[in-house]
Parts: sequence; C-alpha cells; structure tokens
Amino acid sequence: MSILRRLLILLLVVWTVVSLVTLLIELVPGDPAVAVLGEQATPEQFAQFREKHGLDRPPFFFSFPRDDKDQRHFVWHGADNRYTDYWRSLLSGDMGLSFRNDRPVSELILERYPATIELAIFAMLIAIVIAIPLGVIAGTNRGTIIDNIASVVALLGISLPSFVIGPMLVYIFAVKLGWLAPSGRFEWSDIVLPAFTLGAALSAILTRMVRSSVIEELGEDYVRTARAKGLSERKVVYKHVLKNGLIPVVTILGLQLGVLLAGAIITEKIFGWPGLGLLLVEDGIGKRDYRVVQGCVLVISMTYIIANLLTDMVYRWLDPRIRVG
Amino acid sequence: MNRLTIIGLVIVVVLVLVALFAPWIAPYDVGATDLSMRYLAPSAAHWFGTDSTGRDIFSRVVFGARISLQVGIIVVAVSAVIGTLLGAIAGYYGGWVDRIVSGYVFNVFLAFPGLLLAIAMVAFLGAGLNKLIFALCIIGWVGYARLIRGQVLKVREYDFVQAARALGASDARILLIHILPNAIQPLIVQASLGMAGAVLSEASLSFLGLGVPPPAPSWGVMIEEARDLSTLQAAPHALIFPGIAIALTVLAFNFIGDGLREYLDPRQRAR
Repeated sequence: MSILRRLLILLLVVWTVVSLVTLLIELVPGDPAVAVLGEQATPEQFAQFREKHGLDRPPFFFSFPRDDKDQRHFVWHGADNRYTDYWRSLLSGDMGLSFRNDRPVSELILERYPATIELAIFAMLIAIVIAIPLGVIAGTNRGTIIDNIASVVALLGISLPSFVIGPMLVYIFAVKLGWLAPSGRFEWSDIVLPAFTLGAALSAILTRMVRSSVIEELGEDYVRTARAKGLSERKVVYKHVLKNGLIPVVTILGLQLGVLLAGAIITEKIFGWPGLGLLLVEDGIGKRDYRVVQGCVLVISMTYIIANLLTDMVYRWLDPRIRVG
Repeated sequence: MNRLTIIGLVIVVVLVLVALFAPWIAPYDVGATDLSMRYLAPSAAHWFGTDSTGRDIFSRVVFGARISLQVGIIVVAVSAVIGTLLGAIAGYYGGWVDRIVSGYVFNVFLAFPGLLLAIAMVAFLGAGLNKLIFALCIIGWVGYARLIRGQVLKVREYDFVQAARALGASDARILLIHILPNAIQPLIVQASLGMAGAVLSEASLSFLGLGVPPPAPSWGVMIEEARDLSTLQAAPHALIFPGIAIALTVLAFNFIGDGLREYLDPRQRAR
C-alpha cells in the first residue's frame, strides 16, 4: 500500500472518529443539561449551561426540530453548528470544558494519559517476558508434555477475561497474602497486578505466535545449514530462528498495543488505576459528562491508530520484502 | 476432529441445555435476596454458595447462561447475515458498493478498537440489553463481510461459476447456489469465534455497568458485584463460579472455532 493511500485512509479514520464522537452525543436520550444539573435547576441555569458548552447552537448542518404542532421539519443551519464548532476547537487543541467541573477536557486527559501508557507498556513488557521463553520452549519441544502444558496455559490466558483474572489476583495477593494493594497508584509495586492482568491475554496470544513461528522457522533451509556447520542448538534457536521468527511477533505486538489501550479501560476500573479508562468510565460515562466521554474516546482511538501506523512502519523496516509491495 | 474440539462441543451442548431448561435446573429464584443467608460457602443446599445479598449463585449462573447465549446468538446471526450480504455484493459486483465497503468501512472499522466503539455507543445511547446487542452487531458484521468478500473474489473465478454464467444463470442464482456454499466454511469458523467474542463483550460491558442492568444475572454483572473487598474476603466463590462459567464458554467456542479451522484447512492440520 502506498504512503499516499495510507495517509488518505488515516484522514478518513480521523474524520470518522471525530464525526462519531460529535454526532453520537446527539443520540443521548434526554437533555444533557438536565442530566448534569438535575430537574430542579432554574431555566437561567439551564440556559447558562447550554451557552457555556455550546449546546444552544444547532447540532449539525441541518436538523429536524419539532414545531408547535409536534411535526418535524427540515431546517438548514449552514456551516455554523456544533459539529463544525467541535472541529474548530479540536484544531486549536481544545476539547471543550467538562460538564461537571468546567475544567478543560484536554487538561483532564493529559493528567491521566501517562498512567494509561505506563500501564500498557508494563503489560506489554510482562507479556514479552512470559511469552518469548514459553513460546520458544514449546516450539522447540513440539508435541511433548511441556508443549502441551504451554498450550493449555496459553489457552487459559486467552479465555480468562481480565475482569476475572484481575479480581482473582486481588483476592490472592491483596486479600489473602496481603502483599500488594488491591487498588490505586501510589507505590511502585501498585502496577504489578494491573499490568499482569492487562498483559495476561497478550502473553497467551504471543506464546502461541512465538511457538508457531519457531516451528515454522525450524523447518527452513538456513536452520539445516546452521546445524550442519556445527552450531549448538542453542545458538541455532536464539541467533537464527528467533531473529526471523520475531518479525510477525513484532507486528502482533504493535497491533496489540492498541488492544491493550482499549483493554486498559476494564483493567483500570478493576484496580482503580487513574488512567484514561477510569476517566472515561467513572467521570465520563458514570457522571454523564459527555464532553469527557468524547475526549477520551477520541484520544484512545487516536493512540490506537497511531500505534498501528507505527507498527506498520517498523514491520516494513524489518522485512524489506514488504517495502516493495 | 481433535479432542479439544469435542470438549468444546460437549461444553456448548451442556450450556445450551442449561440455558433452555434454566427454570427447571435452577433450585432458587434468581432475584430472591435473603440477608440472613449471605456469603454462604458452597454446600448441598447452595452448590455454588450465596452472594452478598444471599442470592443462590448456582441459580444465577444457570440463568446467566441464557443471557450470554441469547446475546451471542443474536449478535452472531445478525452480524453474519448483514456481513455476508454486503460482503457478497461487494465481492461479486465490485463497483461503488465495493469501494465503500472494502475501501472505507473495512479500513476504518479495523483501525478502531471494537470494544471502545461499543463502549462509546452504549455510553451515549444508555445501558441495556437491546442497545448492547445493537452495538455489538455494529462492530461485529465487518469481520464477516471481509471474510465473505475475500471468498467470493476467489470463488467467482472458478470454472464452475463461469460455466453457470455461460448457461445463463442469474446473478442471484450464481451467488446463492454456486458461490456462497463454497464460501460458507470459513464463515462457520468465524461464527464460532464470534460467539466467544460476543459472550466476552457482553460480560465486559455488563461488568463496566454498560450492559445488562444489575439485578439481571449476567455473568459480567455477577463478577462486578463480587469484586468489592468485603465480598472477596467473605465469599470468593461469588467471583469464581461466574468466572469459570465465562471462561468455559469462551474456551469452548474458541476450541470449536480453532478445531474447525484446522479441520477445514489441511495445511494447518500437521501443526
């Protein structure tokens, strides 16, 4: 795929995401002002709230408002509407004000962003540390008991969702053993449980990938050559097989970074980890602060998309055969 | 068929029977709370024990199978039908439909974390079983469409399709009688993996409070209710049993999917 085509798709994706988060807010049942201020607020308070958050402006280029007789009519509003408002403010780095505390959403997100990235990176590191040795051992001992055990462990990791693994870890390490805190982000050790919870599924997927990659590479001619010239099996595996076998693994890793970010929403809720996911679920969805929801969804998606793009570039760089195609 | 596939099939059959006969299997009312009976350990009277409000966990897990399977079946069926239809049309006719479906929808949807989209939709639409199913269908159909489009593009060029066309068969007949039956095998694999995905997504969203609202015995809701520290301390079984139920269900559909894929693709069989 050419760079130009990629860029075009990227633009389309960004446009879709922004449109989705701006238009979905129109689907909110009931009035956001009522949801936030409560039924008993005065008309002046409602008016002030709507004006401050731009909710008094037309929703889109056109709309179908009801008239006095409850009939819907088509009305054209022109380019001056909430949809273009959001675009305009986004382009100047502004994501609006929180409905709840009037703080800029971009500020709230920047506060939480590092915690999520930290969690995702640690989860990935844990997954790599578990998966590469396990996958290599399983692959080089194919068909043996070790291989079968590794496969079953991997399957368990894939099938046990994070919201089952997480609370179980809390039960074992916080409630029973008392080694780690059940939630929060205060001590350095607080990241262990969330990162393991988030990384468990990835380590399972990676183990399977590394295993089948190793098996595939072991059948290649260069392995026979390496063995024929008398290299130790250890060197064959770690110097030759692993190097080639890791190319598809890198791709998966990059693609999974995005999945980790989405999965972090659940993990952060389990452990009260103050990242974007917790901001989205508790402050955004829980308190019906739709500006925060918009901002979080937008930033998580963008991070996901950029992670995928970077992966693709690394992949091309690693494997020159793809560069041409 | 390998052993794991058979284990998966057995689990799914049991699950379906449990869901169908839930009112006869469940010994207690799923909603009946009794604070004097809270946090009971598993026993002969309460096989899986009781939760923080004294509800029988076994009965709730049994009825939870209904919610999970209901969501799974509807989501997979709707997604597969829509996906097959659009994928087949895009693959067979090409043109502007194909340009929209494969050029725009595939690229955009696949550049987006599915769970996040579902969360966003439910966040704006409000929680509830129907909205959850709707959101999962919206993110679900794309996978089927892509699969079927690829299959149709391949099968379309086969000689028997050319022969049918030469004999004057209509497009609908060629698509339905000649092409789709040849494209259906991978669809079954995808549907099986899709069941696992849908069950997992339902539980995830319900866990986040965005799916089936609380008194309902969704496995995700049960886990959410069981994970506060006092309940974990007093009744870890309230977490473990619904957790096992989810894991077994997801595992079973993954086993079936993986097994079928290997079975249908002889190149993978050796591995």
